[in-house]
Amino acid sequence: MGRQILIDPVTRLEGHAKITLHLDDQGAVEAAQFHVTQLRGFEKFCEGRRFLEMPYLMSRICGICPVSHLIASAKACDAILAVSIPETAAQLRRVMNLAQVVQSHALSFFYLSSPDLLLGMDADPVKRHLFGVAETHPMLARDGVGLRQFGQQIIETLGGRRIHPGWVIPGGVAGPLSTENRDRILAGIPEALNRTQRTLDWFKRTIETFREEIRTFANFPSMFLGLVGAEGELETYDGRLRIVDESGSIVQDGIDPLRYAEFIGEAAEPWTYMKFPYYKPAGREHGFYRVGPLARLNIVTRCGTARADQELAEFRELRRGAILSSFHYHYARLIEILHGIEKIEELLSNPKILSKDVRAVAEANRREGIGVAEAPRGTLIHHYEIDDEGLITWANLIIATGHNNLAMNRGILQAARHYVSGNHVSEGMLNRVEAVIRTFDPCLSCSTHALGQMPFKIQIIGRDGVLVRELRRD
Amino acid sequence: MTPAVSDVKTLQIDGIDVSAQADQTILDAAREKGLSIPTLCHLDGLGDVGACRLCLVEIKGTSKLLPACVTRVEEGMEVTTQSERLLKYRRMTLELLFAERNHVCSVCVANGHCDLQVLGQAHGLTHVQFPYRYPKLPMDASHDRFVVDHNRCVLCTRCVRVCDEVEGAHTWDVMSRGIGSMVITDLHQPWGESDTCTSCGKCVQVCPTGALFEKGKARLVAKSRDFLPYLAMMREGK
Repeated sequence: MGRQILIDPVTRLEGHAKITLHLDDQGAVEAAQFHVTQLRGFEKFCEGRRFLEMPYLMSRICGICPVSHLIASAKACDAILAVSIPETAAQLRRVMNLAQVVQSHALSFFYLSSPDLLLGMDADPVKRHLFGVAETHPMLARDGVGLRQFGQQIIETLGGRRIHPGWVIPGGVAGPLSTENRDRILAGIPEALNRTQRTLDWFKRTIETFREEIRTFANFPSMFLGLVGAEGELETYDGRLRIVDESGSIVQDGIDPLRYAEFIGEAAEPWTYMKFPYYKPAGREHGFYRVGPLARLNIVTRCGTARADQELAEFRELRRGAILSSFHYHYARLIEILHGIEKIEELLSNPKILSKDVRAVAEANRREGIGVAEAPRGTLIHHYEIDDEGLITWANLIIATGHNNLAMNRGILQAARHYVSGNHVSEGMLNRVEAVIRTFDPCLSCSTHALGQMPFKIQIIGRDGVLVRELRRD
Repeated sequence: MTPAVSDVKTLQIDGIDVSAQADQTILDAAREKGLSIPTLCHLDGLGDVGACRLCLVEIKGTSKLLPACVTRVEEGMEVTTQSERLLKYRRMTLELLFAERNHVCSVCVANGHCDLQVLGQAHGLTHVQFPYRYPKLPMDASHDRFVVDHNRCVLCTRCVRVCDEVEGAHTWDVMSRGIGSMVITDLHQPWGESDTCTSCGKCVQVCPTGALFEKGKARLVAKSRDFLPYLAMMREGK
């Protein structure tokens, strides 16, 4: 008989979704589906618009990582202009993207996931949120807010506003960085580093208590994909695509991102609006891979900054080969925050960052442009085609969260099989299924370009098709 | 030369005694006195058409609201420029303008430099009570330097008037009627193929919204319209 339990309000996911768990006759979990239920259709309604408008239009997909969309879109437009942008412009864009990685990771770790980690997966949902954390662990909550502020203020200092800054434009950036603003950003670095290090130390001490979650949270072999720099270092703005397998061996390296379509295919399913990208050479069945912080730390040769490299060495002690448990996305996120702050300091310490030469001006010289960058959640691809007048005729976006779709679906199945059985289902068990999704930090509004309300719903359906139980948030 | 006494009319605007020349409009007289009446299609230096209806005012003795930009002053007139009723109609007019086409300020090239946006803010427009029409309208980017985006056009006809009255090219005009009206170049040819357009760019400068803009700029900077009253003054010797 169908029974409903309402959790209201529950969030801690960027966007909303629905999970269906199918049970067999014995009440064991047989299948799991992660549905994203709505569509926004940016790819379609940008058709007929001017290509120069695209960065600003596309950044509206998301309020959390608008910078990544700005950057990927501006890079696609750079390709249409067929210009190579001034070095300082590229470095300034890089600083802004790193600032966004810092703030977005802080949002995911502290605001969305730390309640599970600090208060417990089984804690009372009424208190399992950031304010609950602030009550019991005020220092950690303050560090989270502080790191988010650090990243957001850099974006504001550079771009004039925290969300949807129009500063990244085709051909470069809208204006140079002043000495005063550079110094203001640099002044915040030591405190941000301390906050991150403090959290990392705490997380490493705590990690042992999550042994069961580590074992069952999307912990399986897969490939990992992302951009790396010329020497295999961690890179979020430019670089080439690298793919490694579960043993950490390189499957593909040095792929020009412009050739993405040769390696990444996209499949669709009728039960979700989110597409399923897969590694083409391995086929739809076996070609699944993960992107994002965990993937990036699995593919890089090194981070490229002192403290982050130290942490990376320790991180890699977790397992021989690639780190496979998605629980460690949290860990990887903290290391990336550290790297981001160090890298921002390095970039801003170069006097060339103050150069006034920050924009190349041109008209459309090509009909097609591809822009690829690493968003906080993984590799982001924007691909446009234009007509004679510079109006968009076709656009394709592959969003970071989409790459992880296959892995998220398998991940919730793994966790559900471990924690859920039809006879006795507690809220804490189902929270763990949700927490698997949280490790990936999916941004569903980005990945489907979805519109409006998206309630998160978990349905457990028996073999006879009867709804056994439903948890929902609206 | 001092105007003849009969050329001067005395009237009241918002209770203030005003004297104006007989050929002046209520809008001119009010603005000379420092009284503000909202306008959108009006632009100093261009002929008025009374198209936008934002400058409607109340005149004692008539139940009709009259547009201040095309109504001449008359002796003994009592004009009200601000009232609950006028505010209601002005807001409604603005809401209808926003609902008619796709005015999305956040992604518009004219964001921050748009007359419609300023009017919306000045009238405290926080939402639109009419359903949006979401028409699917094209952009014409065939011109070398300029683009027309019909989604942002409010049919004020400033472009039509400046092209005809000031540049003398009459490239722009309006086709169709009512809700189907569109500004067009020549006989509805692509702008880039227009034989008459001199590429002077005056239409772009006078456009109140992001409907007409220059290529090569991701965002619009403030438009320059100072040339218009100057040109009018020099040509007409006023």
